[in-house]
Amino acid sequence: MKVRISDDALALACGADDVAAAFEAAGADVERTSSWGMHWLEPLVEIDGIGYGPVAVEDVASLVSGQGASVSIGVIADHPFIARQQRLTFARAGKTRPLNLADYEATGGWAGLRQARQLGAEAVIEALIDSGLRGRGGAGFPAGIKWRTVAHAQADQKYIVCNADEGDSGTFADRMVMEGDPFQLIEGMAIAGFAVGATKGYVYIRSEYPHAIQKMQAAVRACAHIVAPFDVEIRVGAGAYVCGEETSLLNSLEGKRGEVRAKPPLPALEGLFGKPTVVNNVLTLATVPWIMAHGAQAYADYGMGRSRGTMPIQIAGNVRFGGLFETAFGITLGELVTDIGGGAASGRPVRAVQVGGPLGAYHPPSQFDTPFDYESFAEIDGLIGHGGLVVFDDSVDMAKQARFAMEFCAAESCGKCTPCRLGSTRGLETLDHIVAGDNVAQNLALVEDLCDTMKFGSLCALGGFTPYPVLSAIKHFSEDFGER
Amino acid sequence: MTVQDILDRHRGIEGALLPILHDVQAAFGHVSEEAIKTIASSLNLTRAEVHGVVSFYHDFKSAPEGRPVLKICRAEACQARGVDALVSELADNGRVKLETVYCLGLCSVGPAAMTGDKVHARLDTAKLQALVDSL
Repeated sequence: MKVRISDDALALACGADDVAAAFEAAGADVERTSSWGMHWLEPLVEIDGIGYGPVAVEDVASLVSGQGASVSIGVIADHPFIARQQRLTFARAGKTRPLNLADYEATGGWAGLRQARQLGAEAVIEALIDSGLRGRGGAGFPAGIKWRTVAHAQADQKYIVCNADEGDSGTFADRMVMEGDPFQLIEGMAIAGFAVGATKGYVYIRSEYPHAIQKMQAAVRACAHIVAPFDVEIRVGAGAYVCGEETSLLNSLEGKRGEVRAKPPLPALEGLFGKPTVVNNVLTLATVPWIMAHGAQAYADYGMGRSRGTMPIQIAGNVRFGGLFETAFGITLGELVTDIGGGAASGRPVRAVQVGGPLGAYHPPSQFDTPFDYESFAEIDGLIGHGGLVVFDDSVDMAKQARFAMEFCAAESCGKCTPCRLGSTRGLETLDHIVAGDNVAQNLALVEDLCDTMKFGSLCALGGFTPYPVLSAIKHFSEDFGER
Repeated sequence: MTVQDILDRHRGIEGALLPILHDVQAAFGHVSEEAIKTIASSLNLTRAEVHGVVSFYHDFKSAPEGRPVLKICRAEACQARGVDALVSELADNGRVKLETVYCLGLCSVGPAAMTGDKVHARLDTAKLQALVDSL
């Protein structure tokens, strides 16, 4: 009997190792794969294509004897949560052993790199521009334009830096790529290196992701001969959220305090150690092999408006069916939360959804008809960020959430610029006054004014975007902020 | 293992300070004033520069933590899944150090926590208490 069980961190946190050990003890042949991304079903066990989940150690005996129907979900690939997706970046999710090179090659691995080497550097960059791929870290800058800037810069040394400092609450897609399909990310980096003329790449992974670090280190060793002369090195962050900001990350890689740098100069011209540097998010780089292998047009055929391709959306928080949902841009927020996510796990009504991480806005159900794309969310004073949704039910206190946004900014501010460093602490104090019912109208006006200063005066998105959760909470949930 | 051994291991690599500090923290449980001095002179940096880096990052501690550490995620997704109430219900005897982290990437199965490199999800009052007691 062949049994497949994920070994990604989320599956492990849900007890996958114990379940795998129980199957082995019962004589089954256990294969550890990546996760399908149906997190409410983890540990998800696959036996002859049929899924069972969530499986507890106690269920193993009956599954081995063929009586496990009670937790059966049928053919995994046919499950509505999977069947409704358009998985390009996550095409291998659940299907391959993360560190198995044969599995990778058998599922189209290295085809993108081979194609890129045939096309030549200029054509690779043109294809990336034509694909419409925008930076998936949150800023949404066209990836091909960034690559072209680095390619045209003159320097003895250039770098590819992969931003794997995935610190936004509600996001885990980078972690899933690194733990589930690490070769794909390395292939994307090698293509980037080939296109811009860089021979060295760094992956900066947050220290909260020990499993991703381990898998990436092993993957780099296993495929070094394939990506050569490109060389990849794994570096580990040290618990600073702000290092997800690209210039702060570069300082950290250089061994400095993770303070934000003023731009210009752009990292594309003066980045790591002052050299031209491509800084791209994990998802951006991991999508490149698909684009090279299938063509720019095939990618651009997905999506809407100026948001081309697909987005790996992460459905999290108080939600029944949480997990990874990759789909073309254009699906509405309501479809994601209600139809696919199944509403709140608590069974209570959904009251708010924070989209785009701790610096994203809180959206009420009245905005559920908003299509998921960069421009539509900007129009309603929000952002899609790295594609994370955090669902809250009606027990949420939105004044507390607004307060937390300021508290988080104060805790994680790098201290370089005043609006962020001081503004977050003053904002926290003022929100405390509001919660205490002290001069509410006056203090709300003060917070709004302060948010204006933070938004336009901060050096980076930490101070600059903290106003999104604060102001959206005040605007859409004013009843939580006391009597004016 | 001495600080000098760690320095020797990282000789010649670009931007070596964070990898060095990670290894020192892992080997000694903290980064001492003495270690800062040795690192600074080896990398041709001032003590203030090294101290500035050590104090910037949450992972580097200036004093050893004698107690077992439980890192618990207090970020939005775990808040939405009730982590605040969970922590307030915890009978804290001070034997275990509860450290707040912002996100373990387990946002669909929170509340989540980490002990060493081991991750734990779907915590409820009983599970969290059992986890604390096991440390």
